Formats: sequence, structure tokens, C-alpha cells
Amino acid sequence: MDRFAELLDRLVLTPSRNGKLKLLTDYFAEVPDPDRGLALAAITGDLDIPGVKPAMLRTLITERLDPVLFAYSYDYVGDLAETVSLAWPTPRDTAGAVPRLSEAVEALMAAGRVHGAPVFAGLLDRLGASERFALIKLVTGGLRIGVSARLAKQALAAFGNVDITEIEELWHGIEPPYRPLFGWLEGHGPKPEKRGAALFQPVMLANPLGERELDRLDPADFAAEWKWDGIRVQAVAENGRARLYSRTGDDISGAFPDIVEAMTFDAAIDGELLVGVPEHGTGSFSDLQQRLNRKTVSSKMREKYPAFIRCYDILRHGTENLRGAAFRDRRQRLETLVAGLDPARFDLSPLVTFSNWAELDRLRSGPPHPVIEGVMLKRWDSDYVAGRPKGPWFKWKRDPHTVDAVLMYAQRGHGKRSSYYSDYTFGVWSGPADKPELVPVGKAYFGFTDEELRQIDKYVRDNTIDRFGPVRAVRAEPAHGLVLEVAFEGLNRSKRHRSGVAMRFPRISRLRWDKPAAEADRLEALQELLAKEGG
Amino acid sequence: MRAAELLHPRPEGLYCPPGDFFIDPVRPVARALVTHGHADHARAGHGSVLATRETLDIMRIRYGDHFSASAQTADPGKSIRLGETSISFHPAGHVLGSAQIAVEMGGLRIVASGDYKRRTDPTCALFEPIACDVFITEATFGLPVFRHPDDRGEIARLLKSVSQFPERTHLVGAYSLGKAQRVIKLLREAGYERTIYIHGALERLCNYYQSRGIELGQLAPATVDDGERERFAGEIVVGPPANFAERWARRFADPVAAFASGWMRIRQRAKQRGVELPLILSDHADWDELTQTIHDTGAGEVWVTHGREEALVRWCEINGIAAKPLNLVGYEDEGD
Repeated sequence: MDRFAELLDRLVLTPSRNGKLKLLTDYFAEVPDPDRGLALAAITGDLDIPGVKPAMLRTLITERLDPVLFAYSYDYVGDLAETVSLAWPTPRDTAGAVPRLSEAVEALMAAGRVHGAPVFAGLLDRLGASERFALIKLVTGGLRIGVSARLAKQALAAFGNVDITEIEELWHGIEPPYRPLFGWLEGHGPKPEKRGAALFQPVMLANPLGERELDRLDPADFAAEWKWDGIRVQAVAENGRARLYSRTGDDISGAFPDIVEAMTFDAAIDGELLVGVPEHGTGSFSDLQQRLNRKTVSSKMREKYPAFIRCYDILRHGTENLRGAAFRDRRQRLETLVAGLDPARFDLSPLVTFSNWAELDRLRSGPPHPVIEGVMLKRWDSDYVAGRPKGPWFKWKRDPHTVDAVLMYAQRGHGKRSSYYSDYTFGVWSGPADKPELVPVGKAYFGFTDEELRQIDKYVRDNTIDRFGPVRAVRAEPAHGLVLEVAFEGLNRSKRHRSGVAMRFPRISRLRWDKPAAEADRLEALQELLAKEGG
Repeated sequence: MRAAELLHPRPEGLYCPPGDFFIDPVRPVARALVTHGHADHARAGHGSVLATRETLDIMRIRYGDHFSASAQTADPGKSIRLGETSISFHPAGHVLGSAQIAVEMGGLRIVASGDYKRRTDPTCALFEPIACDVFITEATFGLPVFRHPDDRGEIARLLKSVSQFPERTHLVGAYSLGKAQRVIKLLREAGYERTIYIHGALERLCNYYQSRGIELGQLAPATVDDGERERFAGEIVVGPPANFAERWARRFADPVAAFASGWMRIRQRAKQRGVELPLILSDHADWDELTQTIHDTGAGEVWVTHGREEALVRWCEINGIAAKPLNLVGYEDEGD
């Protein structure tokens, strides 16, 4: 338990991806089975142990600590799990070693929900503060350590020196504590067999198209499709089992019963998840977001935001693996298959006909639908290759939107950037023209060079008007302020932001030292765009 | 006599009328008794200062030879008469030279703890509990959530991180009086023999600790010429925490920001400061030490000052000890 707690403590405060990978691979190397596998499952969200509700935590702690002292403590710390872990009085007579993670998990599993509380309390008695925090996080759900399942798999790949697609391929057929997986990664066991039906297959990704590359490419070699602004999914049905996966292999079937019910085929389909009714219109990304990140979905939600898949590839049909077939042939197989499916849930991603790049460029810049964010180019003769191979597939995005905004707040960065003010909140003008007021519309922390970062950092330090912990308010008035050109992919309606808009993928594209702050954009410009995007 | 007649708060600090002196005054006064050398307790400009030899030396290092019109050394454990009172200094275990001050008159004894801790610290003398009627305790970490872990475990985490990330510089933030020397000494005790690099602000105090027989091993200034930043990869650099988020830190290779402080117990604190490796090392008593010490002194009455007074007062109530917060102004209740 102590090594697991230490790992969580370090992961949560380590900002860099490489740092996290190092901590994870070292942990896998140092900690024996089954503890490391259980830790992995806890991080990827695959460990299912009986939960403990916050109310029970409160009951347990106030049985052991004066409620007034607890209230002072909670008030100071601000987080229930952390307060309980720190203030939990350790009985003097606890002898013996700190329980292992596996011991704790086994005890909780055996106790079940009925006897959970005393077993849980007994474990807390035998742990130190950090381990108590780890255990409480484990049973209350959600570690929140800034490590995605994808990153954990990346660490496994680095640990075993294998490609991540190999891990993703295996993932849904294996279970905690993953002994065979670790055995294979350490080189003393065979590669675990893919088991089970309707498993995820690692997806093929496209590279961004560099403008100069077009000169070397022959338009006749490529098919073009619209690039839809939804999320990439894989719909797999096999032997009566139907699963919907995200592009990284997370099972999202639970959130989309409407689609799963309509998966009447035996195949693996690659496509874009969108909302709307295909024949009548496609909803925006904001609409789609209503359906994302849910474990279950209400019938009202299904009705209001029906989901469908715009299909663009097929990896398997029946027992036939099509990944080695050319895109041209796969496309034909796909067309045949989709023709027989429920048209409310599946439609075909249309091909865009073009004869030369200039023509395609025009189509890309003025697409027929607001939910299109560019075009995809796929070689007619390309195999379906997992990962991001160079050459066969390209994405050619519409140019991003830009807005000129004024820097309002700057926050210290993390890690390498902890001595710089590197996270910027910017705003646009709103209110009457003679008395304009800045309203924040987003936050960005990349897009600039190191030299530009130094310049902005100096600007922030020289123009600070207020400080709130790690955040500085920066002078931002019509006659004095720094204008940032911000590029972004789209807008969502937002209730959380005072401006009512939220940007997708905002980044600083240029510093406009030359531009007077008064000439930055107004909120109305963004609202117009929002209306046009149908968000 | 009543305890409040022997000692009570005034804007300048804790005042003793029958002895006509202040303890740790925050403004210049005629006669000051100083518990230890931290800047919020030991200020320059008094008429006279009575303190331990080390505290006087530290004040001299920080403020120059004329830090006070006159200075008198208090030997630990020896009584001194001041007016109608009898005074004695006793080790507080906080930093080198730190002392509690016992004030006695007419059979009533009050002990002002100053800042203190109970655990063994290789850079200063261990705290001695002094039996008294009234105990004035600090309460910097006066909440049950603060239980400092074992020092060696914290140092082991630092050393592990150094071996895990040999391409990075480990910057350890530690206050320049006491904490910095303790961190260095603990590293030495853990077998770390490499040169430890220090910020310029630490140099004189580190030299002083060494002159008092506290071996800190090989130290060198953490200065770099341009293009030399790789030199500190894999090394440990110790400096005042305030400098770590400042431009000073940019000279080092991909630094791991560590901070040695009792506050690092709270995750949000570490996060806010951008600390990547929190080291829970405190020079103040934790909750268990505070409550244990109140027991050990046998005091029938407790006055609680700088920190979380309310929780410690509550604990005293539950345990049948008279207690009240003592509102002294001017002390940092955040320093550690």
C-alpha cells in the first residue's frame, strides 16, 4: 500500500508526461504481482471494488474524533478524503506490517457492501496518512491523478518495450491483476492471447498535411472525404456481443444504447460518432457533448440528442479480416454493409469528388456543412495500419478561426515553466462602445515560442495590478494592454463562462504588440460565429 | 499573584511588568528576551537583548554588530534575576540556539515556548519539558490533520527521486535559518556525500552552523555561468523557497521543485506553489507533539498563540485544562 500511495502522491504533482511515464515504469519494475496489476487497474478505472460513500467517511471519522476538531480540520483542508486521511487517529496497539495493496483489495472484496465499513476502518487503522488517502480514493472512486488510461498503457508499452497498439489490442481480453501481461512484458511469458468477442482493434490515424507535400502527391491516388467534427469510434459486433469503443479503446457502449441496439451486423466499423438524424441534419459538437462522458443515458437525452455513426471504414466482416485489403476494396465492402443497416443510426461518409488539389482546397475552405472541419485524404491502395503511418492518410483541416483578445490574467506554469507566467486568460470587449468592458473568453498556455514566453512573462511582471496566489491580474484597458491573436477550432455555448462561449483548442497564434487593446475584437463577433456554427 | 500580572500581551509583544521586559517584541523596546533567531521573533534595534549565545550570534550575522545597544548571553538552564522575577532559558528544539523562556515570581511559573518541536534534530538541542503553572504554546500546526512523518522517510524520498531523475536538478526550498541546515545534515546522515549546492542567502548561516560543530559536508555556491546549466543535472541545490518560483531557478536543468515544510502535508498547498516533490519536514511541533507537551508540562492553564489557536483551545477544553487564545500580533504563522 505504501508504494501505491507514494506513486499516487508523485503522479498528481508531476506535470510532465515523461516524468509520469518514468514514475509508472519504475513502479511496474519494482512492485511485484499482484499489487502492480491492481494499481494499474485502479489507474485505468478497471478495478471494481465495493464503494464507500462520503457520508460513511464522515460517520467513521466523527466516531473517532471530536466533531468540532473535525470541523476545524475539514474547514482548513477543504477536501473530505484528505481531511479524513490526515486526521484519522491511529490506534497505538496496531502491530505488524502495513497491508499490501492486494491484501486491502481482497479484504474489501470479501467484505462486500454489507461489512464494508468495519473492514475499511480496520484497514485505515493499519495505514499511514498517505496510504489512507490512497485507500479512501480507491473506495470513493476517482483517483484524479492526471493519468489517463492511455498514458498508463503507454507506460506499459515503455516498460515492456513493445508498441502501444499491442497493449490496446489485448486490453479488453485481460483482467486485473494482469499477471500474464506483466509476465510477457518482462520477457518470461508468452504474449497473452486475444480472448473474448468484439475486441477493440487499434485505429489508423492520419498525419496533418503540409502544404508543400501536395506537390509530390497525385490527386488520382487519393480518395477525399469530409472531416466531421465528432468523435472517432469503432463499432464492433461479434457472436451477438456489441461494443462501442473510443479511439483509444475505452468502452463507451453504456452511453450509447441507441447505437448498440442497432448494431445488427457481425463486423468492425470505423467511423465518426455524431448526433442528429442523418437524413435531416447533423448536430454540432456542443450537442454531441451532451452525450459524452456519461455512464448511462436517459430516454429524454436519447430523444433530444440521438446519436449515429457516419461510417468510413471496415476492419473486419464476419470472420474475414479486411485490414490487409486496399481502401478501395474496403470502401466497397463498407458501402454494401451500411446499405443494410438502420439509416437512423448508420450512414456512409460521402466521398468528395475532385480533380485537382486547387479544387479540393476550395471545397475545404468552404465546406457545405458547419460540422465539417476539413477534408481527409486516403490513398486508394492503403492498408489499414494501426498507429499513425506516414503517407497513406492525411487530414487537411480548414484554417482555424482567430480572434484578437486582450491578456487579462496570467498564471504560473508547472515544471519547467514554474518560474514563468505561462497560462493566459484573455478576454474580448463587451458592453457599450463608450464604456467597454473585457469579458474573459478563454485560456491558453501554448502556441508561443520560448522567446515569446520570455517576452510575455516580462510584460506580466511589469504590468501586474493584482495578485491572487499563483495568478496575476494584468493591466488591460482600452489604452493599455497586450493583444493576443488566439486561434481556435470552434466555439461551444457555455453556461460556466460569463461570456457564454467556450473555445475549443485555443492557442496563442501571434503576439500583437502593434495592436492597441481598444481594437481587439468584441464579444458580438464570437456570438455571430456561434450562431453560424449552429452550436 | 495572577498569571496575567506576570505576563500579558501588549502591541510590542508579550510584556512582564515586574521584570520590565518583553519576550520576542516585534517593535524596538528597552529590554527584549529573544527565544530564537527567526526574523519575526528576533528584531534589530532594542536597547538590550537577552538570548542564548547562538541566537545572539545569528542576530549579529543577520543584522550586523549593532543589532542592539547591548547584549547579554543566557546560558541554558541557569537562572537570571530581572526585577522581581527569575528567568531561565531552556532548549526548544526548533533551530540552533532556540529556547523556551521560563518566568517565575512568587511561586508562579510561566513558560513561553517560543517555537518548538519535540523530535530529534541533529542541528539543535532537544526540547526539554519544563514543569509550569501556565504554558504558552505556539500552534503553527495546531490541527489534528498535522502529524509530521519520520524525517528519514522524507529524505529517502528525495534521494529516490534524485536517482530516478538523474538528468534533472533537485531544487530543495528550505528556510535559510534552521531548515536548510537540517535538510543538509539529514542528507549527510542518510549517506549522501556529494557536494550540496546552496543559494547565496544560506552561506553565512551554514558556515556558522559548521563553526558550532554541526558538520554539513562539502557545500558550494549554486552559481552558473551561461551555458553551464547541465552542470547541476543530478545534483541537489538548497535555497530559500521564495527564490524557487523566481527567475533564479531558470538556470538549472529541468528542475524538480521540492519544498521542505510542514505545510507540504496539504496537497493543495504543494499544488498551489508548483511543488513537484513535497518534503514534510517541519521545525514546529505537530498536533501530537503539541498535545503531548501540554501534558508533559503539567500546566493547569494554557495560552495558545500564533497559529490555529481555536483547535488547541478546544482540545484543552475536552481534556479539562483551562485555555485561551493569546492574541499576539506580528508573528508569521505560516513560516516553516
